[in-house]
Amino acid sequence: MYDFEFERPRSIADAVKALKTEEAIAFSGGQTLMPTMKQRLAMPSKVVSLTAIEEMRGVRQDGSGIWIGGATTHATVARETKDSYPALSSLAARIGDPAVRARGTIGGSVANNDPSACYPAGVLASRGVIVTDRREIPADDFFEGMFMTALEEGEIVTAVKVEVPETAHYAKFIQPASRFPLTAVFVAKYGDGVRVAVTGASESGVFRWTEAEDALSGDWSADAVDGLSAPDGSDMISDLHGTGDYRAHLVKVMTKRAVAAC
Amino acid sequence: MQITLSVNGESHALDIDPRTTLLDALRDHLDLTGSKKGCDHGQCGACTVHVNGRRINSCLALAVMHEGDEVTTIEGLGEPGNLSPLQAAFVRHDGFQCGYCTPGQIMSAKSMLEEFGNGWPSNVTDDLTAAPDFSDAEIKERMSGNLCRCSAYPGICRAIRDAAPDEGMHKTEAAE
Ligand code: FES
Ligand code: FES
Repeated sequence: MYDFEFERPRSIADAVKALKTEEAIAFSGGQTLMPTMKQRLAMPSKVVSLTAIEEMRGVRQDGSGIWIGGATTHATVARETKDSYPALSSLAARIGDPAVRARGTIGGSVANNDPSACYPAGVLASRGVIVTDRREIPADDFFEGMFMTALEEGEIVTAVKVEVPETAHYAKFIQPASRFPLTAVFVAKYGDGVRVAVTGASESGVFRWTEAEDALSGDWSADAVDGLSAPDGSDMISDLHGTGDYRAHLVKVMTKRAVAAC
Repeated sequence: MQITLSVNGESHALDIDPRTTLLDALRDHLDLTGSKKGCDHGQCGACTVHVNGRRINSCLALAVMHEGDEVTTIEGLGEPGNLSPLQAAFVRHDGFQCGYCTPGQIMSAKSMLEEFGNGWPSNVTDDLTAAPDFSDAEIKERMSGNLCRCSAYPGICRAIRDAAPDEGMHKTEAAE
């Protein structure tokens, strides 16, 4: 690791102040950032730990939705949304391994926007809103591409809000060594439409498969997906674990499985 | 940076570089060399310790982030002549060969039994609403963050199974 200064503020306001330093970086659970820093792929001048900020932690009912503090760990989300939103709970309960879930946070995951991370799919399908220290950003505008988000310099994800659907399921085709999805689909059915969000597949990160959303909004059944052709494989990630076409095929299969499991 | 780290119930004043991981602080500064460094990247679990009662990979944590937290390492569970039930069971069942992964396995297993007792589901739990089954599949899934190069897995499974009643597999409240 390159050398850095360290601060551990107790409030969002102090964290924002601490992040004003050039090349300062917000550090949440660190389950991605630590390896990145060790490999010297990141060289922050200052690390601002978000782990001591009480107002960024916890899970609360928020009207008809759920408010999740940005620094809430996957383990806590898994436990606290078990009754209120089982599909999201099951997504959180399957990220990485237990030690990672005890540290990794929802804010860190969405801010990082790894093209194979689980949360972006769950948040995008759940009509999520990303709350930051300065504004609220609908998930549709937040996830801009592989490792890219609408966040500005020094902006912190303080919370994530999701709407609870009538029914939902997260179907994850796991890459057993990394525990990331090779491709995963989060399907959420609302009174006025269906959302289908796909992670692990596209070169541009999480995306909504709108053809499937239209088909499922008209006919809520796994068969409705049958008639669709899989999304274009040429935009999909191709690596030693699977070709783009294979991932495109998985998008369809996992969508069907998700709907069937609802 | 000056920090105070509480480990196994004892408080230690340290003057360390902010880059020091919790693992390096334990091993190199406090001489608690039970926790091992396998990959240093969060992939093997050899460095598993408890922070406020939850298992974490200490190689993925900065020591300076843990001021005010209670850290427990393998040294805090038992010692030669006075082994904890899990430690004794690992010996009885040959839950290791070289022993390098063992401290991490035991720390992880201890948390795992507690999570089980509290009814936490896992990736292989079918019914999220019922209490999970204490099956081998569940144990393996829940221990998946801990790799063993010697492949002592059958012994590890047996040891965990055997020690479960003595470890209480009871409900406890751990802080986040
Ligand atoms: S040394 Fe920490 S997980 Fe391998
Ligand atoms: S006993 Fe050798 S690595 Fe597990």
